Amino acid sequence: MAQAAETRKRGKTRSGQDEAGLGKAELLRAYRDMLLIRRFEEKAGQLYGMGLIGGFCHLYIGQEAVVVGIQMALGEGDQVITSYRDHGHMLATGMEARGVMAELTGRSTGYSHGKGGSMHMFSKERNFFGGHGIVGAQVSLGTGLGFSNWYRGNDRVCATYFGDGAANQGQVFESFNLASLMKLPVIYVIENNKYGMGTSVDRATASRDLSKNGAPWGMPGVQVDGMDVEAVHEAAAAAVAHCRAGKGPYLMEVKTYRYRGHSMSDPGKYRTREEVQKMRSERDCIEGARHKLEGLGVDEAEIKKIDDEVKAIVQDAADFAQTSPEPDPSELYTDVLVEG
Amino acid sequence: MVQALNAAMDIMLGRDANVVVFGEDVGYFGGVFRCTEGLQRKYGPSRVFDTPIAEAGLLATAVGMGAYGLRPVVEIQFADYIYPATDQLISEAARLRYRSVGDFTAPITVRAPCGGGIFGGQTHSQSPEAIFTHVCGLTTVIPSNPYDAKGLLISAIEDDDPVIFLEPKRLYNGPFDGHHDRPVTPWTEHPAGEVPDGYYTVPLGKASVVRSGEAVTVLTYGTMVHVAMTAVAESGVDGEVIDLRTLIPIDIDTIVDSVRKTGRCVIVHEATRTSGFGAELSALVQENCFYSLEAPIVRVTGWDTPYPHSLEWDYFPGPKRVAEGLRRAMEG
Repeated sequence: MAQAAETRKRGKTRSGQDEAGLGKAELLRAYRDMLLIRRFEEKAGQLYGMGLIGGFCHLYIGQEAVVVGIQMALGEGDQVITSYRDHGHMLATGMEARGVMAELTGRSTGYSHGKGGSMHMFSKERNFFGGHGIVGAQVSLGTGLGFSNWYRGNDRVCATYFGDGAANQGQVFESFNLASLMKLPVIYVIENNKYGMGTSVDRATASRDLSKNGAPWGMPGVQVDGMDVEAVHEAAAAAVAHCRAGKGPYLMEVKTYRYRGHSMSDPGKYRTREEVQKMRSERDCIEGARHKLEGLGVDEAEIKKIDDEVKAIVQDAADFAQTSPEPDPSELYTDVLVEG
Repeated sequence: MVQALNAAMDIMLGRDANVVVFGEDVGYFGGVFRCTEGLQRKYGPSRVFDTPIAEAGLLATAVGMGAYGLRPVVEIQFADYIYPATDQLISEAARLRYRSVGDFTAPITVRAPCGGGIFGGQTHSQSPEAIFTHVCGLTTVIPSNPYDAKGLLISAIEDDDPVIFLEPKRLYNGPFDGHHDRPVTPWTEHPAGEVPDGYYTVPLGKASVVRSGEAVTVLTYGTMVHVAMTAVAESGVDGEVIDLRTLIPIDIDTIVDSVRKTGRCVIVHEATRTSGFGAELSALVQENCFYSLEAPIVRVTGWDTPYPHSLEWDYFPGPKRVAEGLRRAMEG
């Protein structure tokens, strides 16, 4: 416990906040980043409905505080890797809304030239190692990224995101063991949104506290309220400090909720409308941040300015994604193996 | 086709108390493609149940269940998700009979939706059949219509050895002919969409001649059966279209009889070309029909690339590409 308190302090010191959570400027940034993801995803849902996006599309609406809170605790050069519900992570790492939206519409200007689609995008520049369509596969990849940091002796950490469904994959536990054995700087983030596709976590997982999943290997873990961006940030700062100090991996179980279906074709029969509505109206992370900002004396005009800025970015991205050309058929054979 | 598959499992759950059905989202939710809808309500959660997302473990568990007398029917949500479990399929399920000299077997059926055409991209569109046909001890089945799907699935569940049962997901709602810009005819308007109630079987290891012809033999399976039929109609080439239905064990007699008659052969599959099942078919035809062949064997397949998100229809070997293949075989 003493150790946990110490690491928490380190986290605070690093990012220089007071005990009450994020300061006004940082909370404004968190609000803006969460709103950008929310509006982006709403627009993606609309374009999907219009037939401009095909195939699989997993929206992040409801979970925005998770990735934004964690990203604010990370530094330049830290890596991020996640699953197929990846649009929010990309925007949070600073990838361009235009390139993400254009990938969704399958255009040549998308991050993977239209060949990856919603689930498969990457950015070397922003240290974003993908969007991965196979459930749980990225967890071991994130462990390898952590190994690379350890091997190079730098102080970078890798934030490795996965869902409550993926948390049961065998290779997740294999990764926990290896990372703990070698003290690799990996923050494992379980985004527990209560449902793996149409199966609730209670039907798929015997444990009721996923933050203890690393306990057999001595990995510290914490449960966090994922609907509160300040709580997520605080926990993430402690996790980052732990990893940077060379103490090995850290597990965060972030309790969150997705408002939309697993993907666009989800009939949603496994939960009630009331359950979704209750989370939206009582626990929404963006509304929560807005209330806190009002309490800090931020006036309506300032909030509106952010709303307008976000709206413009999303509209621009949507226009770009609809007017960009489709990839040339010759692109089919590029990047299969190294060329030249 | 979804209803036909559901009916097959329903019937077998009713007939044999050893049959259990499980996989990701198959119980309470009824399967992402609705193939197991209502089965948990009818047979209870000890016979139809959800598993954690952990393919390697759940398939290996099925092998153990099968070794002690149960008949597990496992759904892998997409064929693309089967790879973590291939070790258990290859090293355990396929080899149990051989290494225990018949004391124990793995009478499991592994159902998995395969193939593209729904903008699934790289991880929801693959056709991995050749991985399994390469493994002795596995039977690999791919139905192309509801009638066969039901009869073949019942045969697979009754079979005493492991069966990989790949379901072309593009066919779930109709006989997709490759013309993606046109609406798909529903199965209710297709002769093979008529599915009798109750128990019947379609034998494993037996191909079906879906169209007789004199000019060229077309060897195909799954979605490409319908694409090939369209290509034959649109090209005017008098093709004999053979739906293999079971890839291994292969119905060599039907293939040889046809190629000896036509003297030409086109092989069509959606999977990537190199080391695809078409390569095996081509070798078999060459070995068995060399003196009857009047032209080189032609393969029409997916390209040797991952399945792209965009450019899906440039990847998919549609009727135009198959028709070109037919013409090439006729000119050769």
